[in-house]
Amino acid sequence: MARAVLSRADIQRGLTRISHEILESNRGASDLVILGIPTRGVVLARRIAETIARIEAEAPPPAELAGSLDVTMYRDDLARTRTRTPAPTQLPPGGIDGMTVVLVDDVLYSGRTIRAALDALADLGRPRAVRLAVLVDRGHREFPIRADFVGKNLPSAKHERINVRLDEIDGEDAVTIEGGDA
Amino acid sequence: MRHLLATRDLSRDEAIELLDIAEDMAAVQEREVKKLPTLRGKTVVNLFFEDSTRTRISFEAAAKRLSADVINFSAKGSSVSKGESLKDTAQTLQAMGADGVVVRHPSSGAPLVLATSGWIDAGVVNAGDGTHEHPTQALLDAFTMRRRLHGAASRGRDLDGVRIVIVGDILHSRVARSNVWLLDTLGADVTLVAPPTLLPVDPSGWPARIGYDLDAALAPAPDVVMMLRVQAERMHAAFFPNSREYSRTWGLDDARFDRLPPTTMVMHPGPMNRGLEIAARAADSPQSTVREQVANGVSVRMAALYLLLSGERGDA
Amino acid sequence: MSGRILVRGATLPGGERADLLVEGGVIAEIGGIADAPGAHVIDADGLIALPGLVDLHTHLREPGYEQSETVLTGTQAAAAGGYTAVFAMANTFPVADTAGVVEQEQRLGRTAGYATVQPIGAVTVGLEGEQLAELGAMARSQANVRVFSDDGFCVADPQLMRRALEYVKAFDGVIAQHAQEPRLTVGAQMNEGALSGELGLAGWPAVAEESIIARDVLLAEHVGSRLHVCHLSTAGSVEVVRWAKARGIDVTAEVTPHHLLLTEELVATYDARYKVNPPLRRAEDVQALRAALADGTIDIVATDHAPHPVEAKECEWDAAANGMVGLESALSVVHQAMVETGLLDWAGVARVMSETPARIGRLAGHGTALAAGAPAEVTLYDPSAAGEFDVARLAGRSANSPYLGRRLPGRVVATLHSGYATVLDGVVRDAHEVAGLAASASNGGARG
Repeated sequence: MARAVLSRADIQRGLTRISHEILESNRGASDLVILGIPTRGVVLARRIAETIARIEAEAPPPAELAGSLDVTMYRDDLARTRTRTPAPTQLPPGGIDGMTVVLVDDVLYSGRTIRAALDALADLGRPRAVRLAVLVDRGHREFPIRADFVGKNLPSAKHERINVRLDEIDGEDAVTIEGGDA
Repeated sequence: MRHLLATRDLSRDEAIELLDIAEDMAAVQEREVKKLPTLRGKTVVNLFFEDSTRTRISFEAAAKRLSADVINFSAKGSSVSKGESLKDTAQTLQAMGADGVVVRHPSSGAPLVLATSGWIDAGVVNAGDGTHEHPTQALLDAFTMRRRLHGAASRGRDLDGVRIVIVGDILHSRVARSNVWLLDTLGADVTLVAPPTLLPVDPSGWPARIGYDLDAALAPAPDVVMMLRVQAERMHAAFFPNSREYSRTWGLDDARFDRLPPTTMVMHPGPMNRGLEIAARAADSPQSTVREQVANGVSVRMAALYLLLSGERGDA
Repeated sequence: MSGRILVRGATLPGGERADLLVEGGVIAEIGGIADAPGAHVIDADGLIALPGLVDLHTHLREPGYEQSETVLTGTQAAAAGGYTAVFAMANTFPVADTAGVVEQEQRLGRTAGYATVQPIGAVTVGLEGEQLAELGAMARSQANVRVFSDDGFCVADPQLMRRALEYVKAFDGVIAQHAQEPRLTVGAQMNEGALSGELGLAGWPAVAEESIIARDVLLAEHVGSRLHVCHLSTAGSVEVVRWAKARGIDVTAEVTPHHLLLTEELVATYDARYKVNPPLRRAEDVQALRAALADGTIDIVATDHAPHPVEAKECEWDAAANGMVGLESALSVVHQAMVETGLLDWAGVARVMSETPARIGRLAGHGTALAAGAPAEVTLYDPSAAGEFDVARLAGRSANSPYLGRRLPGRVVATLHSGYATVLDGVVRDAHEVAGLAASASNGGARG
């Protein structure tokens, strides 16, 4: 049975806090790019950019701040799973050279997706710095990767499954955990 | 996708998925770093039993931009009898650990035989077989049309209602066959125009209108006119009297080109016989997609190789 | 066993049950036989007894292409399929265009002992279509050739065809024409029609066959000769032959088992086992051929047994050889296509697969109704057997059968040739044993 771990309000609060932390660490919204990793990371990046636009008067509009970074072609498990269909990569008009890029994903787990994202990013340009924001950090890292901004730390067992559901895709905002009582 | 042998058996969803992935690949072609690590460690063999430098370098570029190792194997003019060499060559490639084989062969059906024989485990891409199919050419043609029509909003779209006239040696053209099946699958409306000698004897099963009159076919201002190459050897086998009559009756000359609206795309799979099936002015006009077709060929072939060579082997 | 064989309780082609006693190379007695001391008894309950099958169109490949078939292995395949006589086509290497080659062919057959091998002579020297072969010398040779054919090639030159038809009248010969207009079939790969257009394979149009048959029946009429048409494959050819027969022209025609059962759709696999000349045609053609065989427009079934080594078929379509093996499967295919469909009864099968082919080829000692005193050439067939036709059913050297993996009815249980069994319990007997039986049968003088 799925157990709810984050509610709509929890998610919103987490993203608001992340947005503040990003602004704080970047000392404002200049030279900043928020790149979501498909599928749900793109939605989260967009929400963060919107939040930043609300709280920071000088921030660029969300469309110029947020984009997407597809990592399919850089994954290390392409030969091991079913063929994945890639999603488009869309960079904000300013590109990423010399910018601070904040990668956004829904769940941080093994770290392999982020490893792929760093490679993908390197082929697109040379950012000044790369940061990582995730809604949920569930542990079990297989790579030396850590998140700079975390919505919620959620220690979990490997056999458990974390589901992030978002309005724009799933029609609701919720994070649930499954398989814990199996 | 296990193999890409024909457009005949591609579903609409499969075709659109491939075209959409080709859009992503095209985006990569516009960056400074044009290479993806996707097929690192994979080996792609270009197995060409027939000369075709353009097709081979297009596949070679596609494979290299996906970081695959590429081996070019030209089996033309081999001293072994034709039949033995296909099997023997396949077994050689198997021993070399080829993951993908791109095969061009003068015999219709040879890629299917290679894929179903059990001689190799590799995924097989048909790069043109006899007078049968040339699926990646049709896919790049469809990709080119879709991009011209829909631009950045191409993803997910088909070619519903697009009116296409294909002109020339339909009988011997694998490009025409692959295009007819694919364009029909994508919802386009296809008309074939040729001298009766260069049409199949019974095209009743083809999802296309058939005509002999090019002017009549061009009168309603189609969205696309695709001119096929006339092979020199046809002229000596009584398919038509001579090149002058051919070009006058079935060529896209200046007068016919001038009657087309500027929105009509002019396509040609290349290499062109300027002055025979297509006049230089039409070939070099902004309406001509000939150069885009070449660039798009690499993107479409990257998408095909990605679909064939990623994922677990044996994936449907 | 070379002595006496008692076939107990067989069903004759007409439907009546009978025992057959075989002795001294002939059917000594037929009917209810109480006892035959010392005889080998074959329990033929439920089996159909047919006069030994005669194939007017077999490629034995020897001399020259022994990697595909030899006279020995080809006649073993024949025996396995219930055949007791085969007419061996002339496209060997060297070509059977002289008395020496045809006599050698016949001798090899007699030594092997599985079936009577009746050589066919080439019409033209080297099958080249330019100069008449020594037709008279072959006719007068020990091989006693009566059927002449350039099969594999058409005698396309109309003047040459006319001369050949005329010339063989001197010794009651017949020209068996492979009807294929060569200019209309340059590079041809399959039946020309909608499917060839889709598959991108060069077409073999029906008119290339029909136009030659039309020409040849008119030539035969003009010179008053006998004409035999090999492997008819189209509905149009049937119409031409029907017209010719109605006009009184002395023409006979054959159809292969595969053209009675298989259609061009199989080519879509590009599996070269289905590559054959003339090509597999449309379902309408198959129906027309069946109807023509049933109404007598087509006289006989002939296998066009064409063995090829593995490498000639395991390759791309264009490069593959034409032809299928057919001796072992012919009776089962005719059973399925003609008997199960109600178009032919077993007496009809005996007519089209034994009696008429022997008569067209002027072959004595074969194709005679099962009766007391008739030569002991007998096929025992179990029509109730069923199953997948597998490679174990093939007895020749090559395995290019289009039926492998297909369900076919029936099975040959025993074949008796010259009074001895070449096949027993569905198994082809050992070559040494059969050669010995053949030697003693001919020494016994029962049959020359």
